[in-house]
Amino acid sequence: MVTNVTNFSRSGLYDWMAQRVSAVVLAAYVLFLLGFVVCNPGLGYAEWKGLFSNNAMRIFSLLTLVALSVHAWVGMWTISTDYLTPMALGKWATTVRFLFQAACGVAMFAFFVWGVQIFWGN
Amino acid sequence: MCDGYLTSAPPYNFALIVRGSQCDKKAVNSQRPVNLDLRTIKLPITAYTSILHRISGVILFVGIAILLYGLDKSLASEEGFAQVQECLTSPLAKFVIWGLLSALLYHLVAGVRHLIMDMGIGETLEGGKLGSKIVLVVSTIVIVLLGVWIW
Repeated sequence: MVTNVTNFSRSGLYDWMAQRVSAVVLAAYVLFLLGFVVCNPGLGYAEWKGLFSNNAMRIFSLLTLVALSVHAWVGMWTISTDYLTPMALGKWATTVRFLFQAACGVAMFAFFVWGVQIFWGN
Repeated sequence: MCDGYLTSAPPYNFALIVRGSQCDKKAVNSQRPVNLDLRTIKLPITAYTSILHRISGVILFVGIAILLYGLDKSLASEEGFAQVQECLTSPLAKFVIWGLLSALLYHLVAGVRHLIMDMGIGETLEGGKLGSKIVLVVSTIVIVLLGVWIW
């Protein structure tokens, strides 16, 4: 039995909702960006740079980064609590799972800060 | 409470699939065989679309680093943009990008199905199987189209 002290909000229902809301934001961003690239075959640096310098796009990108952080955490947490269990790993399961979740959290935080630098720094 | 379900085949021969292990003894007479090893259970199509959703999610989590690196370089300078363009002409880079975007598209299609099911559509056993087939067909089509677009 895995307890849920490490999940995103300490409420399964809230996590469920956060996963769905962030998914909609991520889907919108992915479809917009794919559409932009597909509709501009000879895309040049000026257009590309112009798109990401637009303030609306910067806000959209930052929103997507927040959604990505939430979504990735809920997803990786779900997977780690399903597979890194005492049934699979024995008595070290809690340690392994904690370290795995910590690594995911650190990686996602690094991605977030890197993303902010890319979207707001350039 | 048990958060699992029983799959009953011929009488006296069934496997109990549970999330968590605290309820197997209560649900099943201890004399009966309990099979909790997923590798030995014949999985339904819904299980394959579900595990693919998870695998594609993990691939994307790792892939964020590659995508951010490319985005960073392409926005930093005109030379960086040209370098990324140049890199994307190599077969290996095309394959990696195709793989990553395939994971993204599968995850997206399977995720849309989840949202549709959250609205109460396709929640029955038959609906679930049909939904899984639709996910596999639609994602295969978009992944092939993506490959055509990349090459």
